[in-house]
Amino acid sequence: MSDNSIVCRCSDLTLEDIRKLIKKGYTTFDEIKRMNRAGMGPCQGRTCMPIILKEISIITGKPISEIAPGTYRPPVKAITLGQIVETSEGGGNEHD
Amino acid sequence: MIKIADVVIVGGGISGVAIAYNLAKKGVKNVAVIEKSYLASGATGRCGAGIRQQWGTKMNCKMAKFSCEFFENAKEELKYEGDIEFKQGGYLILSSTEKEHEQFKKNIVLQNSLGIPSRLLTLEEAKEIVPFLNTDGLVSATFCQKDGHLNPFHTTEAFAKAAERLGVEIYRYTEVKDIIIEHGKVKGIRTDKGDISTNIVVNAAGGHAQVVAKMAGVDIPVYSERHQILVTEAIEPILDPMVMSFSLNLYCQQVPHGGLIMGRGDEGEPRDLRVTAGWHFLEEMAKTITSLLPPLKNVRMIRQWAGLYNITPDRQPILGALNEVEGLYLAVGFSGHGFMFGPATGVLIAESILGEETTLPIDMLNMNRFEKGQLIFEPSVV
Repeated sequence: MSDNSIVCRCSDLTLEDIRKLIKKGYTTFDEIKRMNRAGMGPCQGRTCMPIILKEISIITGKPISEIAPGTYRPPVKAITLGQIVETSEGGGNEHD
Repeated sequence: MIKIADVVIVGGGISGVAIAYNLAKKGVKNVAVIEKSYLASGATGRCGAGIRQQWGTKMNCKMAKFSCEFFENAKEELKYEGDIEFKQGGYLILSSTEKEHEQFKKNIVLQNSLGIPSRLLTLEEAKEIVPFLNTDGLVSATFCQKDGHLNPFHTTEAFAKAAERLGVEIYRYTEVKDIIIEHGKVKGIRTDKGDISTNIVVNAAGGHAQVVAKMAGVDIPVYSERHQILVTEAIEPILDPMVMSFSLNLYCQQVPHGGLIMGRGDEGEPRDLRVTAGWHFLEEMAKTITSLLPPLKNVRMIRQWAGLYNITPDRQPILGALNEVEGLYLAVGFSGHGFMFGPATGVLIAESILGEETTLPIDMLNMNRFEKGQLIFEPSVV
C-alpha cells in the first residue's frame, strides 16, 4: 500500500499519518486512536483497526498476537438517540 | 529505569504530568512519572472534556479561574506542536427548581466577586443562546462565556512533552506495586520494572488514589464512582455552549470535531473501580437529553464509555502534604473535575513540595480538614 492510501475513512487518515505516530512511539491501537481519532468515527474501527495493528507489527517487529487490539465499545452499530428512547419506552424487550 | 529520583509521581493523567512539568520548570532535576498504562488512560482521558469557572465554593472558583487563564495561553507556554482544541463556547447551566435558582444567585455573587464573568439569565435569554432549548420545567440559567472545551488527550500530551523536554522521565506501562516507608518517612517506590529511591512521592492516581494511598498504609476519605458518557457522530455545528444541569443531572457539549459528548451521574453506580458501559445509562441519557434538546433525537450515537470520579465528602480535592507520612503528597479526590483543574494542581503541588508560598491558599484543601470538620460543600457537581 502507498503512503497516501486512506486507512481510516471516518477520520480521513492516510497510512503515512499512522506510520508517523507509530514511529513517534505510539505503538498500541488505543494510543493512536486518542492522538488522531483513528477508529473514532461511525464504523468504530472496523476498517482501520486490522490495518493499523499490521502496521504496528511491521514497524515494531512484534507479532500481531502480542499487540493489544483497541477496546470495543457499545453500540455495535450507530443508533439515533430517538430510537433508543422509543425502544426503552416500549419496554425494550421486543424486536422486529 | 532511573535508580534515584528527587520526586516520583504516581499517575500519568493531567495532574501527574502538570505537577512534573512545574517541578522541572522550577529546576528540580530528577522527576519521574509512573503510569501503569498509556498517558490519560484513566479519569483524564475518560472525562467530559469540559472546563468551567462556574463553581459554588471559593476554592473551586479560584482553581478553575487560574486553570482557565492558563489554558488561554497553553499553546505558547507548553510549545505543543499539536492542537489542544481549546474552545470557549461558554457553559449554560440550567436550574429546574426554585431552590436551585436561589443557589444560582449566590453562585453568581461569589463568582463575580472573584472576577469570573458569569451572569444570571432568564429562560428567554437562555433561548437566545440555544434556540432549540426546551424550557418546560426550567426556572433560570447562568452563563459564562469563558467556559468551554479542551481535548484531554492532547492537553495531557502537551504537558508531558514539555516536561520531558525539561528532563522529566515518564515511564508508561509501568505499575507501582508498593511505596517504601521507613520510620514514617517515604524512602522509595517499587514498580514492576524496578525500584526507585526517593524521599518524595506524589499520589496523583485519580480513580485509583485510595489504592495507592493504601500502599503507604494510609486511608484517605475518598471513593471512586463510575460515571458514564456517550458521544454522537460528528455533525454540523449546532450547539455553542456546554448545556448542563445539576438537578436534571446531565451535561452535553458539541466538541470542535463535531461530535456531541454527553453524560450523567447516578447515585446507584458501582464503586468497585469498574469502567464498563451499562444499558441503563444509555436509556436515561437518551430520554433526558432529547427532552431538553429535542433535535438531538435524530443524531446517531456511536460510542459509550465510563470513567471514575474520585469523590471526597465535600466534593473539593485533597491537595498537599500528608501529616502522617513525611514525603507523601496528595493530589486526589477531584470529584469529577480534575482535568479542568490540572494547571492549578500542577503549580500548587510543585510549590508546596518546594516549600514555597502557594499561589492560591491550599491549606483548606489539606486532608486534615476532615479531622477538624472544616468542610465547605461544593453544591455544583453532576
